[in-house]
Amino acid sequence: MSFDESHGSPKRPSMRTPLGRVRNLGAAHAGTSDFWRQRITGVAMTLLMIPALVIIMMLLGRNQVYAAQTLSSIPVAVILLLFIFASVWHMKIGMQVVIEDYVHNEKLKLTAIMLNNFFSVAVALASTYAILKLSSGV
Amino acid sequence: MVEFALPKNSKITGGKTWPKPAGATEVREFKVYRWNPDDGKNPSVDTYYVDTHDCGPMVLDGLIWIKNHIDPSLTFRRSCREGVCGSCAMNIDGQNTLACTKSMHDVKDGAVKINPLPHQPVVKDLVPDLTNFYAQYASVEPWLKTTSPTPQKEWRQSHEDREKLDGLYECILCACCSTSCPSYWWNSERYLGPAALLQANRWVSDSRDEATGERLDNLEDPFRLYRCHTIMNCAKACPKGLNPAEAIAELKLKMVERQI
Repeated sequence: MSFDESHGSPKRPSMRTPLGRVRNLGAAHAGTSDFWRQRITGVAMTLLMIPALVIIMMLLGRNQVYAAQTLSSIPVAVILLLFIFASVWHMKIGMQVVIEDYVHNEKLKLTAIMLNNFFSVAVALASTYAILKLSSGV
Repeated sequence: MVEFALPKNSKITGGKTWPKPAGATEVREFKVYRWNPDDGKNPSVDTYYVDTHDCGPMVLDGLIWIKNHIDPSLTFRRSCREGVCGSCAMNIDGQNTLACTKSMHDVKDGAVKINPLPHQPVVKDLVPDLTNFYAQYASVEPWLKTTSPTPQKEWRQSHEDREKLDGLYECILCACCSTSCPSYWWNSERYLGPAALLQANRWVSDSRDEATGERLDNLEDPFRLYRCHTIMNCAKACPKGLNPAEAIAELKLKMVERQI
């Protein structure tokens, strides 16, 4: 009995051999970069988490003038920018993994991955713009 | 999208309760998944009572006793009855394991609940269709690949290099690990699964093999390898005490190693 003909699978019988189905389009020769970047951004976020939290706590309840003054310090702005880059990159890769895991409709998957990329870029640019605007005192 | 509910024709309905064996002083309740491809009915769970004084201590002994004394139509795979062949892999009391090495006394509360390995098509009763699983094993080309001239005697290997295969070569391909992995449930057509990847690492780690790079090329894929999210169900399920998650982590490490 072939995989597709047996109980529990709603698919139609396939004429392809089981090995042909497993080999399918071949290996993508990709995935290691994302895997490695996910680890790098994870470590970076761990290191940046405490300074970023301290900066955010310092800004809580303060006005815009104080925020602009704090962010005019180069180390403060750099820490926040690095934290944004690391977390957005991590979020983008992580969300893509979730989409690949659970969305099996190819068109829906493609659309979701595209939207995930757009969303991540938008979040990164908006955050960067906000930090640069405040730090430059404009 | 991923399916969280069983297909309509796989939903479990009712089941027959077989009478307790006459004259038995001590019985153990078995609840066993039944499905017959020929009667067009949905699967059911039948209840049997095994005379524990008349059969061995293992769950497989109980199943064989049921087949011999109560219901000859009960279908399951078995062969070596000592944890070597991997034929009798099934889900017992919620855990994938081998029926021949699982004592029915280790199932503490109530009935011994037996189902086929999860998320695989069922051929009949406790027999899953492992065609895809075996094809995935074949896809990692589990044999020694060399281009150097074959030596007069054997391909030599140091004791240290041989030790690197410990924890890998013992796999009996029972499919307990792969069928316990949620990633494999969702993407079994593209993710190779813990068993095939452990076997792949067995050949990647073999000092005598000359196709290590090709093997890694063949695995470098977001689905074939990188669907493993270190959930660790595989290590928990393995009846041979192996750690497929660690083998997969070693493969990922080798992938990174050759890039940086």
